[in-house]
Amino acid sequence: MPVEVLESPFNPWQRLQDYETRPEAPHGRIGATAVFVGTMRDFNLDDGVAAMTLEHYPGMTEGYLERISAEADARWGLLDSLILHRVGRLAPQDPIVLVAVWSSHRREAFEACRWLMEELKSKAPFWKRETLTDGSARWVEENTRGY
Amino acid sequence: MWVKVKFFASLRELMNRADARVELPEGGSVEDVWLAASDGREKPANVLAAVNMEYVDFSAPVRDGDEVAFFPPVTGG
Repeated sequence: MPVEVLESPFNPWQRLQDYETRPEAPHGRIGATAVFVGTMRDFNLDDGVAAMTLEHYPGMTEGYLERISAEADARWGLLDSLILHRVGRLAPQDPIVLVAVWSSHRREAFEACRWLMEELKSKAPFWKRETLTDGSARWVEENTRGY
Repeated sequence: MWVKVKFFASLRELMNRADARVELPEGGSVEDVWLAASDGREKPANVLAAVNMEYVDFSAPVRDGDEVAFFPPVTGG
């Protein structure tokens, strides 16, 4: 159930393929894989966004992600999960977050993936600062609700 | 007792610093840490707090050597 905070760009699809093909992956029992990939938009609140800088609280962020990963595992009996999240400077369409969940049946995979994303969005200590296309900068004040 | 204080994101800019060390009497709370570390600034309504990297209320007690962090609402994902 690894979690990782990444300081440089990553390809979520390549990371998924690498993760699924490692020898210790739970082959045979998987019936469902749910994947969420969040990417950076080039607009927010009707303004053009040229770049974004993400910061986190080293230690607390990883600890929080590990805790929700373990909680999802226990609650839905997952076979495996993977959470990756970027920090640092991002350009539009750069991947920000990957949440992947493996289970025997689709209900558990869908529900756990959604729950993990909503927990991450509402409580994991990350903060976004946007650089707009007009050159000004601002902190994103809050995340929109997912439900 | 002494505690270590951290500010993140917009709150770090508001405070003009990322870290501080403050002394306060035994039995103090997170609220007391804010008062000691904020140079008299009023606490923004939406500020969140953590002690030793766990979310807490401002009424939570702090102990000597604790790390107390203050930050705005989180915006990851």
